[in-house]
Amino acid sequence: MKAGFIVNPVAGMGGSVALKGTDGEETLRRAIELGAQPRASERAETALREFADAARGTLFLTPSGAMGAGLLTKYGIEHETLFETEARTTAEETRRAARMMLEEGAELIIFAGGDGTARDVCAAVGDKIPVVGIPAGVKIHSAVYAKRPIDAGRLIKNFLEGRVKRFTEAEVMDIDEDAFREGRVSARLYGYMRVPDDAEYMQERKSGGGAGSSEESANLAAFLAGSMKPGTLYLIGSGSTTMRLKERLGINGTLLGVDAVKDGAQLGKDLTAEQIKNLLAQEKPEDRSLIITVIGGQGHIFGRGNQQLSPDVIKMIPHENITVAATPGKMAGLFGKSLIADTGDAALDEELKGYVPVVTGHSRRMMVKIE
Amino acid sequence: MNNLERMKKFHQAKWNEPIIYELSTPGERAVLVPGPCCDCVSTDEALGTLPAGMVRKERANLPEIAQLQLVRHYNHLSQENIGVDGNIDIGQGTCTMKYNPKINDRLAGQPKVADMHPLQPDETAQGILEVFYKTGELFKEISGLDVFSMQPGGGSHGVLALASIVRAYWRDKGEEDKRDEIITTLFSHPADCAVPIVKGYKVTIIPPDEEGYPDIEAFKAALSDRTAAIFFTNPEDTGIFNVRIKEFTRLAHEKGALCCYDQANANGLLGITRTAEANFDMSFFNLHKTFGAPHGCGGPATGMVAARKELRPYLPVPLVEYSPEKGYYLDFDLPKSCGKIKSFWGVAPVVVKAYSWIMALGADGLREVSRVAILNNNYCMKKILAIRGASISFPNHPSRIEQARYSWQQLKEETGFGTADVQRCCADFGTHYWSSHEPFVIPEPFTIEPSESYSKQDIDDYTAVLAEISRMCYEEPEAVKHAPVNSTVHHIDHDYFDDPAKYAITWRAYNKKYTGYFEPKKG
Repeated sequence: MKAGFIVNPVAGMGGSVALKGTDGEETLRRAIELGAQPRASERAETALREFADAARGTLFLTPSGAMGAGLLTKYGIEHETLFETEARTTAEETRRAARMMLEEGAELIIFAGGDGTARDVCAAVGDKIPVVGIPAGVKIHSAVYAKRPIDAGRLIKNFLEGRVKRFTEAEVMDIDEDAFREGRVSARLYGYMRVPDDAEYMQERKSGGGAGSSEESANLAAFLAGSMKPGTLYLIGSGSTTMRLKERLGINGTLLGVDAVKDGAQLGKDLTAEQIKNLLAQEKPEDRSLIITVIGGQGHIFGRGNQQLSPDVIKMIPHENITVAATPGKMAGLFGKSLIADTGDAALDEELKGYVPVVTGHSRRMMVKIE
Repeated sequence: MNNLERMKKFHQAKWNEPIIYELSTPGERAVLVPGPCCDCVSTDEALGTLPAGMVRKERANLPEIAQLQLVRHYNHLSQENIGVDGNIDIGQGTCTMKYNPKINDRLAGQPKVADMHPLQPDETAQGILEVFYKTGELFKEISGLDVFSMQPGGGSHGVLALASIVRAYWRDKGEEDKRDEIITTLFSHPADCAVPIVKGYKVTIIPPDEEGYPDIEAFKAALSDRTAAIFFTNPEDTGIFNVRIKEFTRLAHEKGALCCYDQANANGLLGITRTAEANFDMSFFNLHKTFGAPHGCGGPATGMVAARKELRPYLPVPLVEYSPEKGYYLDFDLPKSCGKIKSFWGVAPVVVKAYSWIMALGADGLREVSRVAILNNNYCMKKILAIRGASISFPNHPSRIEQARYSWQQLKEETGFGTADVQRCCADFGTHYWSSHEPFVIPEPFTIEPSESYSKQDIDDYTAVLAEISRMCYEEPEAVKHAPVNSTVHHIDHDYFDDPAKYAITWRAYNKKYTGYFEPKKG
């Protein structure tokens, strides 16, 4: 078996000097000036210690030096160096390494970093091969990371020993670091990657037990598909949960886009706000419906990864025709939190507040507050 | 030697016992089934009366084994087990493991009970019918309700009976199609959500507020004229008793909905509070949990339905009744009944045990049961919360009724070991421990219910085991990784519990799936 191993050596450096992140050359320069120490390597090593014994028989593909080969050499793990890195590593090198791993047939990519690193890996490989993230960054909003480096290590060990058999899609999220430094949180959904479906070690779910999220989302998609009414226009929002519904309906849907369906026929794909408004205008208000999901971790239903659903669009759809759907696993991860509608229109956000029944499975809903 | 040291020296029997089918030897018999008696029809004649499509063409695939080998097989299995008669079984929170007096087994095992047939004419079954009837009379006091059915064969089956009665009620009122929603709470038993769905209802779940009570604002938002009923457990699985319960039932009644109370576990309520006073319309009680009959792990058991007299027409048939003229009799004359929930009229041995248990204790005894159960739980809670790494759900709500849901979150964060690791370690002390069923929202959960059966020493010993396991997690991580070492089975691959393509709960399924998963596929 081949596996990829990438360490973003500068990940996390901004955090210790209160820079809220390390994205961009200028920030990194300031972090170093302020005395930030690299810590990603140490965190990657914590994980590596857990899986080093299980690594025998696997050929690791890795960039040179601090981006991976250094640690693998230290632990005597068989590896092939993909390319030589400079002293100052870049995001492009992460993307390049991940692309090469995909081409060389790696069955798993292990990477240590933060949300920026996850974005880079995602941009290169998408959901084509499974990944495990070792959390080493300042911001960890992405669900592709294990809870802690040690958990990542144990999960990788299980994978290498052939004990990981189920996978699911997890969100790659990142916040706008400039806005965050000014005290505003503005997260975006950048895509999805394939991760082991493991409640014990991965970020999103808080505790063990129960069916895996893949069964839960299949159950949910089947129920939503069966509940769709004839003659109604359905807009289906972005996300892996709603993607299962799009697959179930047999339409050529988009993971990150808003698609439209009526009577089983696809009326639009990856629609813009303008296109959505035009479609809605052709229907009577009671025949306009919207199905959206909750973004894991923070609980956004509007304003993260679905900005196409602009305030104008939302106002055209009767509130009772907006269905929020999320798996029990995702809702468990949000236990005790409210949902957030951040449409960009304060008056509309106010209007959306209150309790909403979130559909979590077949004939099953949970009342959750929108705040 | 103190008890903890003694428990550390435990070692479970391990027999490597085959499945009974693998022990089968053609021609062997443990019991010879009697044939038809002389003045009855012959076997062939009897078979001849059956429709041709119902007669087997091949013999049933049953294991064939002699009596000694059979006894040995089940003895081996029983030694590879843990249970209330063998260990301090307070770690099965929400299932109420308590001591079930052996005399009640003797009573239920008497030929007068064991040899009864459910199709005997009423006049030849007066004794057992009287036991059923009088058990109902006792529950008039215990619940404050009026009519009873002991037909359901378990707790979730009790929920099914309630959901069926709800449907029959709304059908009779002509609102069956409109009233299609049921409301439950997140920490009610998961069956209160799952079973009404089976019955065709849409179920809305109310999450708890910060104090651990069902969020009343969410409840108000969920209620509508579509609400057929509410299904609440109280106290919930957190051990928190909803003190505002009458507010919930009032709001539901204002919308015309029926109020159904899951009292599977009434161990902390007997003689203290009643179904009727909380304004519920119906309820079910697990005779096998609270009322001194063994927990059957899936049956045979009894989820006894109790209801207000206005709901009598909708109960399952038959009801056990009494009149001076007819004596005790089965009343099938309920045209609006929800029908049958189970064949015949109930699991008689369980009802006999419950009747005997209640009669032996009396009203004062029942109240004492609940008071001791609550005292034991709160004492146990103090001991557990003193253990490093342990905490309780909803810590702002200090008191609990008869059980509590705890968390090893801190242990997990500090040592990497969580509830599943503690569970594995428990087996090395000859005891057991359960984490949680749905909802999986309390991190690294465990649920403990020390019912009235257990002594202070038992609770001290059990919590000493948990404290020792916590110490091991912090100080001897290698030992924890390898536990259990003294038990029948060591680490289990969970994959085949989760994957329908892999798990096998019957021999037939096992045979079908065996090759290719448990061993490499042959040629």
